[in-house]
Amino acid sequence: METLVFALLNGVIYGLLLFMLSSGLTLIFSMMGVLNFAHASFYMLGAYLAFTIMEGTSFWIALFLAPVLVGLVGMVVERYGLRRVHAQGHVAELLFTFGLAYLIDEVVKIFWGRTAVNYRVPELLDFPLFTLYGAQYPAYRIFILFVAAFMLVALWYLLKRTRAGLIIQAALTHPHMVGSLGHNVPLIFMSVFGVGCALAGLAGVIGGNYFVTDPAMAVQMGPIVFVVVVVGGLGSLEGAFVAAMLIGLLQTSAISINASLADIFGFLGLGPHTEVGEITIASMAPMLPFLLLVLILMIRPRGLMGEREV
Amino acid sequence: MKSTVKAALAAAVSLCAVTAAQADTIKMAFIDPLSGAMASSGEPAYQSFILAAEHINANGGVNGNEIEILGLDNKISPKESLVQLQKAIDQGARYILQGNGSSVASAIIDAVNKHNQRNPGEEVLFFNYAAVTPAFTNEACSFWHFRFDAHADMKMNGITDWVAKRDDIKKVYLIGQDYVFGEAVAAAAESQLAEKRPDIEIVGNELHPLAKVKDFTPYVQKIISSEADAVITGNWGQDMTLLVKAAADAGQEIPYLTFYGGSSGAVATLGEGAVGTLFQVSELAANQEGISDEQNALVAEYKERFPDYDYYYHRAFVTLEMFDAAAEKAGSIDPIDVAYALEGLSVEGGYGTATMRAEDHQVQQPLFITTVSPDVTFPVDNTDLGWALVEGGVISAEAAMEPTTCEMERPE
Repeated sequence: METLVFALLNGVIYGLLLFMLSSGLTLIFSMMGVLNFAHASFYMLGAYLAFTIMEGTSFWIALFLAPVLVGLVGMVVERYGLRRVHAQGHVAELLFTFGLAYLIDEVVKIFWGRTAVNYRVPELLDFPLFTLYGAQYPAYRIFILFVAAFMLVALWYLLKRTRAGLIIQAALTHPHMVGSLGHNVPLIFMSVFGVGCALAGLAGVIGGNYFVTDPAMAVQMGPIVFVVVVVGGLGSLEGAFVAAMLIGLLQTSAISINASLADIFGFLGLGPHTEVGEITIASMAPMLPFLLLVLILMIRPRGLMGEREV
Repeated sequence: MKSTVKAALAAAVSLCAVTAAQADTIKMAFIDPLSGAMASSGEPAYQSFILAAEHINANGGVNGNEIEILGLDNKISPKESLVQLQKAIDQGARYILQGNGSSVASAIIDAVNKHNQRNPGEEVLFFNYAAVTPAFTNEACSFWHFRFDAHADMKMNGITDWVAKRDDIKKVYLIGQDYVFGEAVAAAAESQLAEKRPDIEIVGNELHPLAKVKDFTPYVQKIISSEADAVITGNWGQDMTLLVKAAADAGQEIPYLTFYGGSSGAVATLGEGAVGTLFQVSELAANQEGISDEQNALVAEYKERFPDYDYYYHRAFVTLEMFDAAAEKAGSIDPIDVAYALEGLSVEGGYGTATMRAEDHQVQQPLFITTVSPDVTFPVDNTDLGWALVEGGVISAEAAMEPTTCEMERPE
């Protein structure tokens, strides 16, 4: 029971962070038809900017300012980079974002050094909120939960309940029609790219001190975010949400399981002391998202809720 | 006029040539993580070697030759390390320094063995200052490899002796990194506890991916629900810091018996919570009576030079001191001569005598069990806390000694 409760709590928080990261990516993908390889780098940028802003001022200012700054950087990248490259086709765009990821990586290393920075949880939130089955639960984790939930509701409201959301949705599928109706489609593209990056930045701000802020964080997060987008279905926000939660829960609960493969597949004759039988479920946790990716591509290539094939 | 200039130039050139011939630079390649998750372990070691080399150079060098440390970043990948090893050899390095990660050390031992076999006269020596998988000085021992740190079984002896005396510890949880070293630590803990305290139950034996886990909370919650009285871990670098961070967040207050609790940042993360709960077994115990002024001055100098880190890699200093002594004894800086001179060599280290056992090239030196205390001369992590010796925490070189199964092949 206690294992289940903790796995659920941690899994939901991790899943929400993943969704925050991948929601921007999936929006950008459905709009431009190109996977932004640099997306996780914006996540890293958010964490580092928040660290610097927090040193000068406070965490609360960083919480608002850092995502805005990352969003602005994203807009500039779209306006002066991607939009020009767009004329050369998708391959050029893909290569552009690929190069951008490396560029941001190196810039971060030059400015903030090659090792992890000491980005800490703000003192106001650095206390145990409650005790559950003998383990204290830090308040900051619950704070992440609230920020993520707030972002989720705000995004849903923006896209589904406002006129701007209506136009964005239309521009995603029928950009020419929207343009013909007199809307400034390039401006919409730029804003969506900016907002997508800002969301990644926000995930960096609240995830950077929950995990670690170091130059490797983008590289480590990048593949998982792609898995979320592909499993959820390219271009589907709902799908990305379901996939992010699924992966979050899968990874954290796998760690809590004490069984080995032999315990599960013992009925097939797998002995507990064989090479394969000795593998524990916990040690397979980092592999599970990618296993899911492969399975989804084999069984349902358009993802859980996607409308088009990968 | 022209001819005088020419003559002067020629003289200058020949003078350069002469000085170059008299004093060589001994290039030692430091191959360890200098970026990424484990750089907090690689960087202070690199700095320790630089400082140690500066001291030796200032005292007349190694037989009059200056040591130069080449820092090469291997990103903790064995593959990358082999590329860097080749680069180092191409640049003329005949001595390799590496320690972070037995996976890397194993690849380097292998590569050095092959290189030396194929290139007689251009041999390379590997000074391993921290990779502590016992096999390297047992079944997989090599003449070209020297280890300047106690191996996992030796360190585990210190920990299990301590546990054996604590009657309140009935359940122990083992957690480690999922590679050859983590497996060696777990195996040593299991067999030694079974022998010294058969009543102790091992309630968990967990291996997690190396340098990949960002949040140890699920692991810590498993430890809590197992109701363990103590945790034994060989974790190092970021895996150490994040593990204790998660433990502190969960409010866990049981002893963590570690090899590398001194990894940069662990004490700062725990703060006061580390006092009496974080333990470390190592060759370093800076806060104790009867240490020479010279050694204490070195610890202080390190902190002044590298304010981000603390004097932690004492073994780096021992490594270069022994190298210096061996070169002097051999009257040569050739790797084979140095290797033979190192065998059986003893030097007076800052915290006791270190002897290089000839049989297996495993250093024998006293070990210390320390815990975090507010009452120290040398605090760490820019806090007021530091590592103080626990009662009965001195393990003599003889007590720490382990037999070896090494059957070494020596060159002619």
